[in-house]
Amino acid sequence: MEVKKRTVGEVTVVSVLGDLDGRSAPAAQDRLLGLIPSGGRVLIDMTGVPYMSSAGLRTMLLVYRRAQAVNGAIALAGVSPELRSVMSATGFLEFFTISDTVRRGIEELRA
Amino acid sequence: MSVEHVPRDRIDSYPTHRIAGYGVRPGRPMPFGATLVPGGVNFSVFSNGADAMSLVLYRRGAPAPMAELPFPRGFRVGGVFAMVVYGLDYEDLEYGYRAYGPERPRFGDRFDPTRVLADPYARSVSGRDVWGAVPDWEREYPYRSRLVFDDFDWDGDTPLRVPAEDLVVYEAHVRGFTRNPNSGVRSPGTYAGLAEKIPYLRELGVNCVELMPVFEFDEFENSRVLPGTGERLYNYWGYSTLGFYAPKAGYAATGRYGMQADELKTLVRQLHRAGIEVVLDVVFNHTAEGNENGPTISFRGLDNAVYYMLTPSGQYYNFSGTGNTFNCNHPVVRDFVLDCLRFWASEYHIDGFRFDLAAILDRDIHGAPLANPPLLESLAHDPVLRDCKLIAEAWDAGGLYQVGNFPNYGRWAEWNGKYRDTVRRFLKGDPALAGEMATRYTGSSDLYGGRGAVASVNFVTCHDGFTLNDLVSYDEKHNEANGEGNRDGADDNNSWNHGVEGPTDDPDIAALRLRQLKNAMAILLTSHGVPMLLAGDEVANTQNGNNNAYCHDSELSWFDWELVEKNAELLSFVRACVAFRHAHPVLRGAGHFRGTDYAGTGYQDLSWHGVRAWEPDWSPGSRFVASLRCGGHAKGGTVQDDFVYVAVNSHWEALDVELPRLPEGARWRVFADTSLPAPRDAHAPGTEPEAADQAAYRVGPRSVVVLVGPRAAAQASSDNPSD
Repeated sequence: MEVKKRTVGEVTVVSVLGDLDGRSAPAAQDRLLGLIPSGGRVLIDMTGVPYMSSAGLRTMLLVYRRAQAVNGAIALAGVSPELRSVMSATGFLEFFTISDTVRRGIEELRA
Repeated sequence: MSVEHVPRDRIDSYPTHRIAGYGVRPGRPMPFGATLVPGGVNFSVFSNGADAMSLVLYRRGAPAPMAELPFPRGFRVGGVFAMVVYGLDYEDLEYGYRAYGPERPRFGDRFDPTRVLADPYARSVSGRDVWGAVPDWEREYPYRSRLVFDDFDWDGDTPLRVPAEDLVVYEAHVRGFTRNPNSGVRSPGTYAGLAEKIPYLRELGVNCVELMPVFEFDEFENSRVLPGTGERLYNYWGYSTLGFYAPKAGYAATGRYGMQADELKTLVRQLHRAGIEVVLDVVFNHTAEGNENGPTISFRGLDNAVYYMLTPSGQYYNFSGTGNTFNCNHPVVRDFVLDCLRFWASEYHIDGFRFDLAAILDRDIHGAPLANPPLLESLAHDPVLRDCKLIAEAWDAGGLYQVGNFPNYGRWAEWNGKYRDTVRRFLKGDPALAGEMATRYTGSSDLYGGRGAVASVNFVTCHDGFTLNDLVSYDEKHNEANGEGNRDGADDNNSWNHGVEGPTDDPDIAALRLRQLKNAMAILLTSHGVPMLLAGDEVANTQNGNNNAYCHDSELSWFDWELVEKNAELLSFVRACVAFRHAHPVLRGAGHFRGTDYAGTGYQDLSWHGVRAWEPDWSPGSRFVASLRCGGHAKGGTVQDDFVYVAVNSHWEALDVELPRLPEGARWRVFADTSLPAPRDAHAPGTEPEAADQAAYRVGPRSVVVLVGPRAAAQASSDNPSD
């Protein structure tokens, strides 16, 4: 599992690569929280995440909410259809703002 | 003064011993089961008869254990073995127990250390993660205990606490409801699929779904392939529990990922948002371990003589008809059942429970019925369960039939089997039933006097038996597809095919059947008590005359969503009846009628009528029952409602009926008349047309007429007598 950060205009884009499960989730949580700046707009790019386990979903929700508390705007992008349907069935989907693509997400956060 | 919350490590969150390579320490006996604690998992299991116990750990799906940890003597408190194990990957873990003890079936002990046993308190069970996926039959320890996260975000969900008398219950099978590809949902046959159909349920107007068993079971139990058709038969209904704390994984779109707990909770949360309660059909009368020839899964190997009713020679009593009988009034088992229901009520926000073969729950450890069964009393008075509906199927397979006298502590309701039988017989025109029909229609005060109409769950059909469509389409059951030579299933169905057995092109028969379906729905939904519909009956779903479809996972048992269009007329009639019930509190009293005018309205709360008003005909030849409910007595006189007059004519000829007079100024309006073609068969609340003749009404052959006499007009008139 890897986490990368870049900046597009005033939007911070944090990309996650690899499965998020019970093993990788604690490290992912630390890395993500460390990379997400206080204030500003943040897009978490999930294109490189094929699978999230229960623990992974919980970690993402925790990170998302902590980021939400210090940032005005945060969204996810690049969520695969399979992941999206898992998030929908388990009730997680409704807690996130999700953009279809990274580009779209950046545009929406800039707007 | 408040201080900032700073989480700190516990001083007991470190291992004290090492066993099999794992850091461990003595665990806490309570709570039973496997619980996440800081850094580890607290495993607690009890057995009063075991000499020793091991915890067996597997990597998910691995054939052989990765470790086996014997509980040291110092890790026992009484008969409880408890240990915290550190450094486990919860999500990749399956666990079980190996119990050592005497193998003396004659004395009730059936310890078998060659078996790995499932945790009775397991929050999740793996092994049947995807419905119908062919299992590895050779796998040791096939149904494995797992952990789940219990930090679901309920987003503010709280119990709805709909008063029982205001419920309209809808009995559904999670898989069957949306499994048919024509359901159009993204994940057919799952909790998520059911959630997608919430708009349909809302439009129908039901405010409670009763889910057939959702505790983990094995759909492959007694599975077989029918010679001839080659169809595989399953345990489709699931009345055979493997894990009392575990939701059925195969009902979850996410079962393959082990996320069934979150998915079921999401369904409950969404139903609650839509104003719909969730009642679970629970099966505590027996387990999936069967008799002495059945598999050892959990209870049998932990404390056989505690969990099962045994004969003096150590054989299994079979009051459930399935091989064993759960020993519900043993103090240990009683606590197990109580803890389990508390868990579902608090952890899954479940609103009530329907107990399968509940008469077993009042048998003592030798099988004798108890006057004051401690389990039922505990459930009735439990604080966690205080607002939960408790509904008994008040009979068992051992001949105990307790409809009307189930030990109830003022709390328990019952599936009213006598209501079902009487309405069915009256509908088809059996003689000498007018009096009994009147009693059943008004909440069966003969059975539930002192308990109120709310103790009577009224139904004409349920999962067990014909669907409503088949009730009016078949004289006989047609269970050949079950592979038992049509010998299984009930023979006393009180059904009638109206001239032709099964489907017909005859327009007269088809019209009469449709009218009978509407009659049944109009009767059920205006009856005093709690109405329950079988899912699919509102669109005339059929099982082709099969009255015991427990083994079919096919179009035979699934809800056919094409019928929503095809039978739209019936569906809109049922919707109108449900809406009418919700609009009229006078139909939804918790108590029984008194037959007096205690509210001083000039009318009794309930009065009976015949072809002549005020002259009911209870003679054996009478097939006509008409009731008038006075809205001034609604909800015991605490609410003002309209007058409602309901005439049920099960005679084959029309009757010209004199109507009871309303107060000055009020006029009868026609809510429903099943003899009229749609859309005049029923009307939305507030849009009912006025009856042309206010003094008389022609009630068609085999028809139900429901009239409403608006109170507003009556009141305005009496407030202003000069008008």
